[in-house]
Amino acid sequence: MNRNISLLAIGVVFFLTACNKSVSNRTAALPALAPADEDVAAGSWKPILLTRPDTFAVATPAATTSPLYVADLNEIKGYQAHLTSDQKGQIAYWSAGGVLRWNEVMRELMAKYNIPPYQNIDGTYPIPSAANPFAYPVFPFSNPPYAARAYAYVSAAQYDALVACWYYKAKFNRPAPYKVDSTIKAMAGKTGLNSYPSEGAVLAGVTAEMMQLLFPDEIANVQQKLQQQEMALIASGAATRSDITAGETLGRQIAEVFIARARGDKAGAAVGTPAIWAQYVTTAQAASQVPWLSLETPARPPMLPLFGKVKGFLCDSATIVALRPGPPPATSSDEMKAQTAAALAQIKNATREQMRIVQFWADGVATATPPGHWNTIAATDFIQQNWSEVRWARNMALLNMAEMDAAISCWDIKYFYFNPRPSQMDADIKTLTGVPNFPAYVSGHSMFSSAAATVLGHILPSRASAYQAMAQEAANSRIYAGIHYKVDCEVGMTVGANIGNYAIKRAQADGAE
Amino acid sequence: MLNCKIVAFSVALTLLLAAPAVLKAQTDEDAIMMDKKNLCIGATYMHSSWDHYWEGTFKRNNRNLGTVSTQSVMLMGTYGITRKLNVVVGAPYVWTHATRGTLHGQHGVQDLSAWLKWEALDLNVGKGVLSVYALGGGSLPLTNYIADFLPLSIGLHSKTLSGRLLIDYQLSNFFVTASGTYTGRHDITIDRDSYYTTSLHLTNKVDMPDMASYNVRAGYRSDWLIAEAVFTQMFTLGGYDIRKNDMPFPSNKMNSSMAGLDFKYTLPKKWNALSIVGGGMYTVAGRNVGQSTSWDLGAFYVLDFSHKRSKAHNSAAEPVKK
Repeated sequence: MNRNISLLAIGVVFFLTACNKSVSNRTAALPALAPADEDVAAGSWKPILLTRPDTFAVATPAATTSPLYVADLNEIKGYQAHLTSDQKGQIAYWSAGGVLRWNEVMRELMAKYNIPPYQNIDGTYPIPSAANPFAYPVFPFSNPPYAARAYAYVSAAQYDALVACWYYKAKFNRPAPYKVDSTIKAMAGKTGLNSYPSEGAVLAGVTAEMMQLLFPDEIANVQQKLQQQEMALIASGAATRSDITAGETLGRQIAEVFIARARGDKAGAAVGTPAIWAQYVTTAQAASQVPWLSLETPARPPMLPLFGKVKGFLCDSATIVALRPGPPPATSSDEMKAQTAAALAQIKNATREQMRIVQFWADGVATATPPGHWNTIAATDFIQQNWSEVRWARNMALLNMAEMDAAISCWDIKYFYFNPRPSQMDADIKTLTGVPNFPAYVSGHSMFSSAAATVLGHILPSRASAYQAMAQEAANSRIYAGIHYKVDCEVGMTVGANIGNYAIKRAQADGAE
Repeated sequence: MLNCKIVAFSVALTLLLAAPAVLKAQTDEDAIMMDKKNLCIGATYMHSSWDHYWEGTFKRNNRNLGTVSTQSVMLMGTYGITRKLNVVVGAPYVWTHATRGTLHGQHGVQDLSAWLKWEALDLNVGKGVLSVYALGGGSLPLTNYIADFLPLSIGLHSKTLSGRLLIDYQLSNFFVTASGTYTGRHDITIDRDSYYTTSLHLTNKVDMPDMASYNVRAGYRSDWLIAEAVFTQMFTLGGYDIRKNDMPFPSNKMNSSMAGLDFKYTLPKKWNALSIVGGGMYTVAGRNVGQSTSWDLGAFYVLDFSHKRSKAHNSAAEPVKK
């Protein structure tokens, strides 16, 4: 019996030690951002929507000898004398970089809101309404085109706001608090940058302001994050209250420029109408093609059919039309029959490694979407580069403008051809991930991935071949999953690279290289 | 030759959305012990299916899934190390299938599970016999199957460790057995590099909340027949709800209440090394699981390595000599 008891005791000890409960995020414990180059001349880089870096005036700051500034320093000293562990945690978290942290916040929001609405009792589907964002289905449904556009607007606005910020930093030349008063500790690292206006507060202000457009249900949540970041900036000795106030105000003003543009970019009409949805069917039938059908029950209207009409950042509407490839094989052709047979053969013989690839790149419901996945890939590499915040923002903006224009071009092509998915042509094709509710030709994953790999390969040439390999794997994943024809992915990769090249053109001309 | 049907408790505890009703357990949830050097081996076929499920507390069907079914064939064995200490081992092959929609069913070998079962106490209480058992067990995935493809995954791919206390009271040929179980679950690794639960996780590791359950069974028990009614309640200690129309995820809060009937029939006379087992279960209530109905049927055979007449015993049925 003693042996039995010791066996049980061993079991209990094993039990207590074996069940790991300490999963943490890869970016939870990053060091403070320490730029190798402060890019002090970034105030002269070419903005995206602003015509000048000083479109919005920033008041001349009080002198560092003034009573106002002394009060600012006393606030910092007050924080530093009584820092709580939570405040120290916020300082460490935000010191890794504002562009990075706000990008992670955006990815979280995309995943949270990326759920297709549940059907009505009569078999129709409700459509999220920006005018009534808290009612079910909550606004937005951040599907891939919505997300691509949202990432692009936030990243582009952050970039323009930081160009203006850098302009004023050079103009006003106010040193960081820890340089003015040696009793103030630099708890988020030291930089050579001037602190007025605060770049962290510019990022907080511009991003929080964009929420009124993109995630209205999250305004309060994001406002709390803004306050945490601003507290961390002050308590860490990186910025004074007046640096913060000027930065947040500047950020919010610049966001308004982007919001005004977004309200007129036609995304609000991208859902279409029942008459428009029906028109795609008759157009395809008139061309003797089998039209795309929703494979959901009840049939769900096609996702954002007019997103191809949205006004992009890199390509105008004529360019989007010019980028349109030739048609896929006719739905009655031998070539289409052969590709359908190939899709069926593939799905019946998928290997575990192919299933891993499908899962890794699926980026479906409740994920940050394919553009978000490429933001994760980019951020992971950017962390290694020790860039300034303004260069981080510029490179994220290049990536996300390419992703948005890839979404526009891809959706233009999808609804121009309105081509069915493999499972529509052969119901025996069972898939390894959900079948997206929009036409097959061309593959969105292929376009997003190829566009991203192209622009990221320009930004980090040493990683270019790795990005191309990832993009090819992402494209292949859709064939392995049984949800795309090979031709969808091959053509998608080509068009995606063309979109990426427009981002490279901009990168070569913005003054940052 | 009493009942040595077990359920790989890995299936029982982890496959709730796909197959909650495979949580029918005997041997690891009953008051039966094998004699020293007796080995009971067998196989059970199980079929479980549902067409309604709960997203959080919202009950619905889904015409993109139709009826989701899970079938399994479980091989299992129980060995008497001593009359008071048994080891119970099992592993299933599992198939999943959805009758509608496009999602591809999965199949494969799932998890190995093992229990040590110790009869700690038996004594006369009133006119009957009270016995107390302590069990420790664990499970280990045997293959690299996909956990993150619910509701068609064949399992959740978590290593688990469990402790269970079981109390049985038998009066004449009638009995009642109650047990409580705590199961710790190791985190799992999925094929994605980030996922959203109630926040974004930038990792491929998933914290799996622990689980607890209780099981009550009562009925008739004799040398040739056991017929019993069973009720089981399972709780996930943590986890989160599936939001409306969201996808399920391995770390959801999967709870269920199930009721059913079980029998075991031992063949007479010279065939008494052979027994037939079966039963059915129904999910009365649940959260983030399918409302499954299931049935199972199996056969078991006892091998005696002790050079004595082979015998499993129900200690509770034999009055303790004072």
